[in-house]
Amino acid sequence: MSARRLLDKLWESHEILRREDGTSLLWVDRHLVHEGSHHAFAKIAERGVPVAEPGLTFGVADHYAPTRGGPATDAIARMIATLASNTAKHGITCFGLDDPRQGIVHVIGPEQGLTLPGLLINCGDSHTSTHGAFGALAFGIGATEVAHVLATQTVWQKKPKAMRINVTGRLGPGVGAKDLALAWIAKLGADGARGHAIEYTGPAVCSLSMEGRMTLCNLSIEGGARFGMIAPDETTFAYVKRRPFAPSGDDWDRAGDLWSELPSDADAEFETEVTMDASEIAPIVTWGTTPEDALPVTATIPDPARMQGSAAERARNALDYMGLTPGRNLTEIAVDQVFIGSCTNARIEDLRAAAAVLAGRRAKVPGIVSPGSQLVKRQAEAEGLDRIFIDAGLDWVGSGCSMCVAMNGDHVEPGKRCASTTNRNFRGRQGRGSRTHLMSPAMVAAAAVTGHLTDVRDLLKQREVA
Amino acid sequence: MSGWSTHTGRAVALDRENVDTDQLIPARFMSTPRSEGYGDFLLYDFRNDVYGNPVPDFPLNTVPNASVLISRRNFGSGSSREAAVYALVDFGIRVVIAPSFGDIFASNSVNNGLLPARVSEAEVYTAMATLAGGAKEVTVDLTDKTIRLGNTTIEFTLDDVWQQKLINGWDDIDLTQNHQKAISAFRTRHVAGMPWAIPVQQNDFRSAGRDTVSQ
Repeated sequence: MSARRLLDKLWESHEILRREDGTSLLWVDRHLVHEGSHHAFAKIAERGVPVAEPGLTFGVADHYAPTRGGPATDAIARMIATLASNTAKHGITCFGLDDPRQGIVHVIGPEQGLTLPGLLINCGDSHTSTHGAFGALAFGIGATEVAHVLATQTVWQKKPKAMRINVTGRLGPGVGAKDLALAWIAKLGADGARGHAIEYTGPAVCSLSMEGRMTLCNLSIEGGARFGMIAPDETTFAYVKRRPFAPSGDDWDRAGDLWSELPSDADAEFETEVTMDASEIAPIVTWGTTPEDALPVTATIPDPARMQGSAAERARNALDYMGLTPGRNLTEIAVDQVFIGSCTNARIEDLRAAAAVLAGRRAKVPGIVSPGSQLVKRQAEAEGLDRIFIDAGLDWVGSGCSMCVAMNGDHVEPGKRCASTTNRNFRGRQGRGSRTHLMSPAMVAAAAVTGHLTDVRDLLKQREVA
Repeated sequence: MSGWSTHTGRAVALDRENVDTDQLIPARFMSTPRSEGYGDFLLYDFRNDVYGNPVPDFPLNTVPNASVLISRRNFGSGSSREAAVYALVDFGIRVVIAPSFGDIFASNSVNNGLLPARVSEAEVYTAMATLAGGAKEVTVDLTDKTIRLGNTTIEFTLDDVWQQKLINGWDDIDLTQNHQKAISAFRTRHVAGMPWAIPVQQNDFRSAGRDTVSQ
């Protein structure tokens, strides 16, 4: 048999059949739904079909979840209530607002052990690629596909091409998975991995914690890839072990044997190969309105006059929207507020990284810290991280998608500039007219301390001297 | 969903790269039931000023009956929100022509009868130049994958599966239900091989996260 990649192994183990035209019907092991799934529930109601596998379907309130007090509007309250009634009606377990397990869908899936190596996971959310960090085949789907999975527990999909992003070397101090992700997206473009499933490999990837791996896989879609994945290893198994829904006893041993077979064969070939050197990556910030508009924080704001054709025009539009002057240092950009949260960067390790910078310091600008789940929140409080954020002057709030997607009422006012640990710096993403700069949790913390974009390595060095 | 094979309508150019789904429909409109129609939300923050008044010279406002949209690379990137497609379809758009599309957006489009037609950067450039003088009539033929604009005919790229789906107006749930036997057999085999494919709560959730505490 020819050498197989992680993608091939996951695909084959879920392929029910393949049509002559090459489209596969795949079995879905876990289907995660949220408030936005109301369109799909309406579609199956219209047909009068039941949910095929309520036991494989899990609901969670996150996109519209309030982070302070109750729902901000009646419409928001209705979205949360609709999820509760749809899941109850079909006998689906739902982690609602009053459930201590509630949180962002891509945080609680892994946290609960619903996300496991070797599974196929779907959710009506483009950041479902996050779960690929466990060596799972995980991808975001639209409402029609969500309805299809609800009705049949299967999904039609053409196998994507495989891209390997191999990261050699080591990430330097103050540089993390977020920087690595933004670095490759800046290099390849926001559509650079379109049509591909990415497998991240190499020593810099293997040495990432599960939290870091989830951040890296999460951002795959920002480079155009619907799938991102990392082969499972001891780090994966240690994270998964004894999670509430993880296998135990004999099943744990059997699972371990199967999971150990998942990594790509040594001589497997990929349609596209990309190599990067982690030691060359500096902390990265975005300056424009797509995640590909990313540069090392040590750089200057790009000058459209030095660009060609449509790139120049696009940069001009982006800088105009962002209110930035070409040629100035990125570190001169003053921010109005900060946000630490989202499925990209709201796990315990992210909060620790931000707290390490903020400890004993005051934030010069307001901001909110929204833990990725209620369990992350509780753990952070047990570690005293909440005190660090509060003492620094930031708001310590509840868990949900919050200011990343601006659906629950948390938003950035028009023209205001936010240093944010989120995933999209699109126009209006954080609220109409909002100006978003994406960066790592440590970098957001640094921006909070100084009031402008800042190389966190300088703040970490000061700490060493002290 | 009804199928279609040719469409003739007015084309309008949206000369921007990376028109993401957050721009196609801002998040704040997404709690609206589909039955109320999503057409007014399409590109809302471009089409309307901060007071909610239409921006007169924005392309879609100049050609309110446009049904073909020509744009630049990476159209529909970003979120999986199918509402972005609903907004286009409810506005009356049947075809989007661009050099590339977000993968999830393209798939959502086909599921709603909207054609994501891929052409080269150069062809988009030429088509936009043709449209510079104002909206023009365009004919799109799904059967031979061509676009006729003025005197020129452009071939577009589209996955053959999607071509058939758009022409026939196939509904995936109907198709899949024909495979129920194969699905049931697969499920039995799959679960026998990996019993944990069916999640059963083994441990108290209160202990979740314990492993990371000690790091």
